[in-house]
Amino acid sequence: MGMRKVAIVGAGITKFVRRAQETGKELSWQASKMALDSCGLSLDDVDMVTLGTAPDAFDGVHMKGEYLADGAGAHRKPYMRHYVGGGTGVFSPIHGWFHVASGMADICLVVAEEKMSSCHPHPQGAFLTIFDHTTEQPLKPTLIWIFALEMNRYMQTYGISKADIARVSVKNKGNALDHPSAQVAEKITVEDVLASETLCWPVNRLDISPASDGAAAVVLASERVARRLTDKPVWIDGVGFAIDTAYWATRDLAYPRYVETAARMAYDMAGIKEPAKEIHVAEPYDPFDYKELHHMEGLMLCPRGEAARLTAEGYTARDGNLPICPSGGALGVGNPIAATGLMKVIEIFLQLRGEAGKRQVPGKPTCGLAQAWGDLMQMGTVIVLRSH
Amino acid sequence: MDLDTCELGGTPLKSSDFEKCKVLTTEWKPNLGYAWDNGVAIGRYLAELKEGRIIARVCHECHRIMLPPRMFCELCFRPTDEWAYVEDTGVVNTFSIARVNWDASRRGPKEPPLMPAVIEIDGATKGMGIMHMLGEVDPDDVTIGMKVRAVWKKPEDRTGAITDILYFKPIRAAAPKKAAAGRKR
Amino acid sequence: MATTEKMSKNTSPTHWEGEIPVNYIYTYGLAGEAFFRAVKDKGTFLGARCDACDITFVPPKIYCDRCFEELKKFIDVGTVGYVDTFTVSFKNMDGSDKTRPRILAMIKIEGTDGGIIHYLEGIGIEEVALGLPVQAIFKPKNQRKGGIEDILGFEPLKR
Repeated sequence: MGMRKVAIVGAGITKFVRRAQETGKELSWQASKMALDSCGLSLDDVDMVTLGTAPDAFDGVHMKGEYLADGAGAHRKPYMRHYVGGGTGVFSPIHGWFHVASGMADICLVVAEEKMSSCHPHPQGAFLTIFDHTTEQPLKPTLIWIFALEMNRYMQTYGISKADIARVSVKNKGNALDHPSAQVAEKITVEDVLASETLCWPVNRLDISPASDGAAAVVLASERVARRLTDKPVWIDGVGFAIDTAYWATRDLAYPRYVETAARMAYDMAGIKEPAKEIHVAEPYDPFDYKELHHMEGLMLCPRGEAARLTAEGYTARDGNLPICPSGGALGVGNPIAATGLMKVIEIFLQLRGEAGKRQVPGKPTCGLAQAWGDLMQMGTVIVLRSH
Repeated sequence: MDLDTCELGGTPLKSSDFEKCKVLTTEWKPNLGYAWDNGVAIGRYLAELKEGRIIARVCHECHRIMLPPRMFCELCFRPTDEWAYVEDTGVVNTFSIARVNWDASRRGPKEPPLMPAVIEIDGATKGMGIMHMLGEVDPDDVTIGMKVRAVWKKPEDRTGAITDILYFKPIRAAAPKKAAAGRKR
Repeated sequence: MATTEKMSKNTSPTHWEGEIPVNYIYTYGLAGEAFFRAVKDKGTFLGARCDACDITFVPPKIYCDRCFEELKKFIDVGTVGYVDTFTVSFKNMDGSDKTRPRILAMIKIEGTDGGIIHYLEGIGIEEVALGLPVQAIFKPKNQRKGGIEDILGFEPLKR
């Protein structure tokens, strides 16, 4: 393709919490500084900075990208903000990848931040504007409706029960007990999920990830620089992104085609022909438990409608054939919208280096994937990482 | 690097920290009012709703009959060609039973749940759905595939809005089914 | 029919009105909390010192945005400064006339590299000039809440 090889060489992350005292700038700095320190770089070494953060309406700061810039180390540097809703966190390293692969930068700092707690009465209120202002908002919808509508269609299409889906929440919240950033890690059972408050049937409270504040960062480097900085670079071998129509009620809600489109782009680039066999560990986006299953199928990691059965069989546990969300995912670690995707990328980075501590999946994985999803349920972003 | 050995940033606060003023804060209540241009398509859509009719647009290249109507086809990337009235009946593609309002507040114990749905409108291309509400039906009796009809506001109460349709109700009263676990809670 | 002709005939409702119904409660952050506590409790300003870059930031930050190092040293920088630039505002946000013109100034705090934007009081709009030495005026301590309004403004320095 003519693009240079790019590696992730360092990472940083804050705790994910419901309400942080820090400003968004301070959270960004905490994650970015940790990322630079992790690979022994100073701010002077950074050529370019790219930052992802979701709607300005969460933090309540207009032109949030510009506001966060100095906490992201962008002082007098080339800087861009990107934003694709919940897909942002996986788009962040893709955006940084362009900067380095093109030859424009040798070292790019990639940051993702969200401070949702400033938004009252509840950050969910800011999501109201995701619906069409004329044909949908007058019905006073909430974001949970869209998920509930999609979850119901998915369940009906494949004959999946709420209990099948609840297993994902149990798995991920349990996995998150081993993640130092985790906001809502806990040991629960399927019965706990089913007994939790019904918000919008079929969605119960424990089916959902929380609103969160948090930030994450990674350092990308060109091949020449990466090999000097670390003996364990993790290569970005595939990037993919695709968006579907905003007329969401006309889409097949049982299948995320835009995730498949993004995945194919990433797999083509990475030379992956059989993702179910060649991907050793994956972090699909799981803001709701059914989304992990939905996304596994869109990523072609299993046949359509089969993800729930495989989960029940332990296929996706940390010691299963294809560990899914070993970090604990959004459901367990938390969901500061843009930072979540980058948390997942960082998890794959650590897994491929054998540095995931108690979360480490066995078998020395060498190929992993992170995926996020967002906007009006229409954006897919996929990144394929390898250690070799 | 091992996350377990790093000191992570982020200082968690509780809601009581705010209530008891343990942290200093400042408030802003923005005045964010908008007047969104409807454009030609939605302008006509609303005008027709006021008359008790649903109107769509047709693309002669892909032959889709599209709702909500639009002046360009996003698949063929060309202007759409003509208007077409569609029915005010349809089929439930999916639905939810909601006990939560837009701002995450809970509906009171005596308030009936809201029932948002995606309804595929008869006369439009298959799969062409719009979001609206269901009504005059017990939550336990709603099914995917259920045939529904729009219930309109009285003509004098209509203003040219999506809410000129109050909700969609089943065309035939559904026979009471075994309660689906958990829906009513 | 040309594309634009097809799209421009419109006899239907032209717009839809609505609002984005959210409001905000902001924390000041770790540095901001310290700054406004000092304003509230002590009637003074804090700055943060980066020795490596030889910069004193006002208001303080927990990191230097030049070298990215953590800043732990917050120091009392006093309440005296000078007018770095100013403007005179005659209108309110809604376009109505203010009851009196207000002078808004960028006040550099003496001995630091930072400053505060606030109102100037006790001086006519014809007399303000760049470089004018000023000092902060605070509300009485029992009226302060820990915010920018605890500062009433800046007035010419009384020698």
